[in-house]
Amino acid sequence: MLKKRIIPCLDIKDGRTVKGVNFVDIRDAGDPAELAKKYVQEGADELVFLDITATEEKRKTLSELVEKIAVEVNIPFTVGGGINSLEDVSAIIKAGADKVSINSSAVKRPGLISEIAEQYGSQCVVAAIDTKFENNEWVVYVSGGKIPAPLKTICWAKQVEKLGAGEILLTSMNNDGTKNGFAIDITNEVSEAVNIPVIASGGAGTKVHFEEVFEKTKASGALAASIFHFGEIPIPELKIYLKTKNIPVR
Amino acid sequence: MIAIIKYNAGNIRSVENAVKRLGYDCIITGNADKIRTASKVIFPGVGEASSAMNYLKRKKLDTLIKSLKQPVLGICLGQQLMCKYSDEGSTCCLGIFDASVKIFPPKELVPHIGWNNLENIKGELLKGINTNDNVYFVHSYYSETCENTIAVCSYIVLFSAAMQKDNFYATQFHPEKSAAAGEKILQNFLEL
Repeated sequence: MLKKRIIPCLDIKDGRTVKGVNFVDIRDAGDPAELAKKYVQEGADELVFLDITATEEKRKTLSELVEKIAVEVNIPFTVGGGINSLEDVSAIIKAGADKVSINSSAVKRPGLISEIAEQYGSQCVVAAIDTKFENNEWVVYVSGGKIPAPLKTICWAKQVEKLGAGEILLTSMNNDGTKNGFAIDITNEVSEAVNIPVIASGGAGTKVHFEEVFEKTKASGALAASIFHFGEIPIPELKIYLKTKNIPVR
Repeated sequence: MIAIIKYNAGNIRSVENAVKRLGYDCIITGNADKIRTASKVIFPGVGEASSAMNYLKRKKLDTLIKSLKQPVLGICLGQQLMCKYSDEGSTCCLGIFDASVKIFPPKELVPHIGWNNLENIKGELLKGINTNDNVYFVHSYYSETCENTIAVCSYIVLFSAAMQKDNFYATQFHPEKSAAAGEKILQNFLEL
């Protein structure tokens, strides 16, 4: 049976992880490759690296980092953050990433999704959608959640699928950071509307939240950051819990 | 020396990294002599069947692969190209395995992406792997089951997750991305 995926997300700046991490037995918690290895040992099913570097050196630093991660990591990983062109994508894929996630740049120029899919296959393209519930509807935001795009979330989700995205990473801005649980309604709506995997993101605070998102929606995976970094929910413990609730996990 | 066949398909780098992690030397090459004299050959690939086959034919790698006597491991598209025919681009493939390659009917999400377990496991390649072990799949087309099937996976249909005929081995999943279980399988292959 196909398993539900548990996906830790790491924020990267200038080649280092940004948020602190408190694994006791790790030498350098700022080293993304070492952290990644730790998550692999714990049973993470996939990893997402989100680069928030905003310098001109960005592409080079990121490629070097991806190369280092690819040498260490034996599970699939996605790299995202400020990817604007096919050249950016090529550099990251050649360095050894399995997938790239694109967000604002796809809203600005939807053709980028098709270009990546044609060159590297749909399985390489993750469409990251930041969504916010306002004025009684779910809409899309870009530029790290700062600027509203004139798009309804469901319409945009269907469009990215048509353009060739292989997966959707759906982050609810209303839920992100609250630790009150995933946005069940929009996750459910999007995962019913498209025929590609949807990864739920934003709001995970307890093991029950993961159970809930897998029970109540068709999400294929769930992503979280801080609760994994700070050891609030160890991945092995989360997986044992989900197994007792008959959710298929690795 | 392990040779990883270089052709116009996908992320070969991760296969190289995985082999090196296990402590083996390897080269990525399209050179016929280097492939012929390698101790083991890995035939990876993510991509589209007809363009991959055309490339192999143009470089005469199709007849070379079929003539190899050392252990050969096809991965993902590599396995599909080792079958006889693929519906993807209506492609005549290498014909090593007696199976055709078909597209998944869209009854569930397609592609089949993620971790899934193996069943009816047999043979040297999968030694030490059991039905609780999960491996990582990413594919929209599948190889039918046949007498060369050494493990099946169930997703929409029952398909060949791994195959073997004589010195030719193949996996639909990506051992190089399948954590400890994948490492075990690659190790088994490298120790053949």
